Amino acid sequence: MSMTLVQVVVSGLLLGAVYALFSSGLTLIWGMMNVVNFAHGDFVMLGMYTAVMIWTALGGGPWASVPAAAMLIATLGIASYFLLVRHIMRGPMLAQILGTFGLALFLRYGALWTFGANFKTLPDDLVGHSFILAGIRFEGARVLAGVVGLVVTLLLHLLLTRTAIGSRMLAVSEDATAAQLMGIRPQRMQALAWGMAGAATGIAGALIATFFYTSPTVGETLAIVAFVTVSFGGFGSVLGALVAGLVIGVVESLSAYLIGPVYKDVIVYILFVLVLWFRPQGLMGKA
Amino acid sequence: MTRYRLLQIVLVVLVLAYPLVVAGSPVWARLGALVLLAAIGASAWNIVGGYAGQVSVGHSVFFGIGAYSAVVTYTHLGLPPIAGAPIGMALSVLVAAVIGVPTLKLSGHYFSMATIAVAELVRVLSSTSEFLGGAQGLGGPPVPRGVLDLSFISATPYYYIFLAVLAGLLWLTHMIERGRMGFYLRAIKDSERAARSLGVSAGRYKLYAYMLSAAFTALAGSLYLTMFGFVDPESGFGILISVKMVVMAALGGAGQLFGPLVGALILVPLEELSNSYLGGQGAGLTFVVYGAIIVIIARFLPSGLLSLLDRRRPTAPRASKTVDGHAD
Repeated sequence: MSMTLVQVVVSGLLLGAVYALFSSGLTLIWGMMNVVNFAHGDFVMLGMYTAVMIWTALGGGPWASVPAAAMLIATLGIASYFLLVRHIMRGPMLAQILGTFGLALFLRYGALWTFGANFKTLPDDLVGHSFILAGIRFEGARVLAGVVGLVVTLLLHLLLTRTAIGSRMLAVSEDATAAQLMGIRPQRMQALAWGMAGAATGIAGALIATFFYTSPTVGETLAIVAFVTVSFGGFGSVLGALVAGLVIGVVESLSAYLIGPVYKDVIVYILFVLVLWFRPQGLMGKA
Repeated sequence: MTRYRLLQIVLVVLVLAYPLVVAGSPVWARLGALVLLAAIGASAWNIVGGYAGQVSVGHSVFFGIGAYSAVVTYTHLGLPPIAGAPIGMALSVLVAAVIGVPTLKLSGHYFSMATIAVAELVRVLSSTSEFLGGAQGLGGPPVPRGVLDLSFISATPYYYIFLAVLAGLLWLTHMIERGRMGFYLRAIKDSERAARSLGVSAGRYKLYAYMLSAAFTALAGSLYLTMFGFVDPESGFGILISVKMVVMAALGGAGQLFGPLVGALILVPLEELSNSYLGGQGAGLTFVVYGAIIVIIARFLPSGLLSLLDRRRPTAPRASKTVDGHAD
């Protein structure tokens, strides 16, 4: 394998770790209450704008914007749950889909109205300069994003599988009524899931903003990436989202390198349709 | 009953005479035509999204196919754009079959996500296609060469053309609603598993509804092109095209004959107003309002505005309404 190809795969993996992080938010909610958050990409977009605002208003880097975006988007997630999702999740299918879809439009065009249509970027050297290690060039921002993405996704996985809170959440996703009889409050757990998903998404957004342009409609593409990742990895599985996110990151950068940058989205969309076609419940999902 | 009949007659006369009533004002005539055009698209969506309960958020694929078929018929063959309408409809039915066979097996959210992904795929591909004019798009005849080009300065001819198409579509929908297929579609919507167990070949009827819906969405796209004379990837295949169809139907009442028309009557003037009063900035704000309306419908009025009328008039004849239930 040529050095360039190694370079492409490495940047794919770093990108994939961030994909995994924001997709794990989607998969958490999906697995827990069978609701798809169509506004998920726009949550990421708002995380990105948080980073842009903190840079332009306060001159703060990711050390400030990551925690801020985490808290902001977590709050947004919890508010969405209490004000909207809680009420529509038992309603007809059309209302379920429209509810979060309307939220997506509201956030996307609210951002367009507030921030304008222009692309915004953070300075290249905000996170540190690029360096060369073993013949491969690493960009500071992408390395930070990849490493934080990987660590936070793994922590989320551990939280869900190894702690009491995680067991309670699992109990609610299996059978909310039974969980309630055991003294677990389903609504509290579901709100917590929305908060955790929001935090993960906000962190991912603030990290993406350090190396990618921020625009009001960027969430449209990112939402599809998250759908692909989640359907690929199996619904509700954070570990699945991690593996799938890395795979999709690599596929995307390979196709951008081998076929052309315009086609990287095309390849991801085709991948998505193929997964839905052959394995609609995800590679590791339940029927 | 006679009062109801009288109301119907008055409404029909009003609809037919509308362009004459507003004759002095091109703005109002144009608004009328736009409402009808939007209602055609939303009513076409309603067949699969409302009656069959398969929430497609990717109907822009068919709208774009219709618009591009019309414009390509002009730019590459030199024929009047409307000659591309049957081509677009046939192509859409074909594409609907290709998309529908795998995706209609998916339930609920999965189907919606798959349709979004397919629509985005088509939009990206169309913007890279030289044949379709790339990101710049294609324009129809700059000067009408004959009446068949359907290029009029006044909006009144468009009004009557769109009215005729909408009337035809609603008549067809009404026939489906009352017939065997409508019964099957409602059964599928209420509970696909139950419908299957009663011997309804759910897959086949969902596909029929999807293909029919696709054909009329493509026709709406071709008609759009005759009136606007231009299409690019965003105005043909953009996700907002699909969103408008869904929102209009849902606001008025998805799965109700006149639901999409009611939705269009409210949302199109709203959009025109905010666009003309807020200028370029208005485009963003229009969809903020759209988003808010969608959230409010989903939260408080999941069956649409027409369901309010139903509640007040409990004796109204309702064809075999089953209890709301969920497939899973």
